[in-house]
Amino acid sequence: MAKNFNSAEWNLPPIDLGWVWRGAAVLLAVSALFSCVTSIPADSDGVLTRLGHFQGILKPGLQFRLPFGIDRVVVVPVQRQLKLEFGFGTAGASNREQASREPDLEQSMVTGDLNMALVEWVVQYRIEDPAKYLFQVRDPGATLRAASESIMREVVGDRTVDEVLTIGRQDIENDALLGLKKLCDRYGLGLSIMQVQLRDVHPPRQVQASFNEVNQAQQEKEQSINIANGEYNKAVPRARGQADQKLREAEGYALRRVNEARGDAERYGALLAEYLKAPEVTRQRLYLETMADVLPKLERKIILDEKAGQILPLLPLDQKTKTK
Amino acid sequence: MKPVSLLKWAFLLGLFILFSGTAFVVPETDYVILTQFGKPVGHPIATAGLHFKLPWIQEMHRLEKRVLEWDGPSAEMPTKDKLYIVLDSFGRWRIKDPLAYFLRLRDERSARSRLDDILGSETRNTVARHALVELIRTTKLRKAILDEASVNASGTAAAGLPPIQIGRVGLEEEIAEQSRAKLAEFGIELLDVRFKRINYNPAVSSKIFDRMVSERRQIAERFRSEGAGEAARILGSKDRDLSQIESEAYRKVQAIQGKADAEATAIYAAAYNQSPEAREFYGFTRTLETYRSALNRDTTVVLTTEGGFLRYLKGDSQPPHSP
Repeated sequence: MAKNFNSAEWNLPPIDLGWVWRGAAVLLAVSALFSCVTSIPADSDGVLTRLGHFQGILKPGLQFRLPFGIDRVVVVPVQRQLKLEFGFGTAGASNREQASREPDLEQSMVTGDLNMALVEWVVQYRIEDPAKYLFQVRDPGATLRAASESIMREVVGDRTVDEVLTIGRQDIENDALLGLKKLCDRYGLGLSIMQVQLRDVHPPRQVQASFNEVNQAQQEKEQSINIANGEYNKAVPRARGQADQKLREAEGYALRRVNEARGDAERYGALLAEYLKAPEVTRQRLYLETMADVLPKLERKIILDEKAGQILPLLPLDQKTKTK
Repeated sequence: MKPVSLLKWAFLLGLFILFSGTAFVVPETDYVILTQFGKPVGHPIATAGLHFKLPWIQEMHRLEKRVLEWDGPSAEMPTKDKLYIVLDSFGRWRIKDPLAYFLRLRDERSARSRLDDILGSETRNTVARHALVELIRTTKLRKAILDEASVNASGTAAAGLPPIQIGRVGLEEEIAEQSRAKLAEFGIELLDVRFKRINYNPAVSSKIFDRMVSERRQIAERFRSEGAGEAARILGSKDRDLSQIESEAYRKVQAIQGKADAEATAIYAAAYNQSPEAREFYGFTRTLETYRSALNRDTTVVLTTEGGFLRYLKGDSQPPHSP
């Protein structure tokens, strides 16, 4: 087709300036069309101002506006839960305002009994009214920071160091939340405070050891009470058992004693009945039987006649008993 | 391009320049004051929207309409009780009278320096008139919640909150009240002043730490002594309970045994005492039994042939009495 490419064959048309203008107009129209449309993310609202004047809130999605800066839209993330950290900072936070550069100053507080405590806490909030948020107060974030520091110190300042460190935590969170909500409403920040959470609360480093000592002493107290209770429990129940043992033994003794007495009495009764039938013979028999039993067991028997009473002193009693 | 069309474009450009020097947008967040050769003309513009002015001759100044923050520098000052504290406060203010503000201060930087001066000095004055505890505490009648541990410590400094007359919020209001009139002439409305941070100065805080340490020591000592006391009480009641148990047991044992002995005695008496023969026979049998048990192989007996057992040894085989 194109056999010869010599310049003579180039059929350049004369530059028509009209085309330039038309092109510019089309470009302008297209860019205007694009700037007529804005998209608002799902977690946000758009605040629409026309020539500086507040017009209304745009909901998420594709929205129209007038071009060339006549309508301006500021996107405010109303659904997002925002967080401020006091006294500490989580590394890598997406929100630059989340933590301050002076956590040490933030966390140090004076308690109501003029002691010191280090308090770390978190405030969770949401932007509730984007128009108020933009137009009522300049820099609402910094204002919220200052307000929340002030409220937390007000609440801590009304409590003893013991309350702040241990038992009063829940109470402090509630009071601080209430106070901060009230202050935000008064300032018209357009923010809604969701939560105030205490994080680490501890005494200053310089006195930490003595706080530990108190805990330790408390443990020691428990321990010595437990030991004493152990001693008590070791001795008293055993003594109770032993007392019961003695009682039962005594009862056994009583039973035995009475029964034996009854037995003896019955035996005697029976014996007596027979004795009374023949007293002389029975007496004799009993006497002789006894003698028959007893006398053979005796090794030394001395028989005396009543007429030989004077021999008695010569009896070698001692010698005889010794040689035996 | 033809000369006619060029002229047309130049005209359009000129119109645009004129318009841009004439019309201006006032946002919701600003006041605008127009000045003509440095002198304000007309009322300050407070409504947002499109407004017009004379080009080149009139100049436009924007002032902030929103509430502004004053973050005070942290300053060291003494309280009435001679404690040096570092106080950091903040306030909130806005431009109420833009014209007065513009005439007297011109810009925000000078406004800030006025606020620093006025609020700073009022804060110092107020702080110097009150004890530290007034700056710290708020609620006058609040009683500290005591845990089990501190209940026993009633009477020590650790247990309670020192009393106050005015309190933190009252003093903040006092400072704001005193500053308001002075700031009003600058067209500034002061909304409030609040203490942000109150801390002891480093020299004081070491003393505070010493006090806290001694306070804790004392609580620890109390715990230890309470523990020892409680232990002693328990050991004491152990001894008491032991004595009680043992003595009661002794008493009961004696009573039971005594009663049994008495009963046995009664039974014996009833058996042995039923008639004179019975009494005599008891004596006889009992004596015989005693012989059996009392005499053993070590016993030496001296027996006479007269009467009794050996009487027959002498050949006396006659019945003693019978004929």
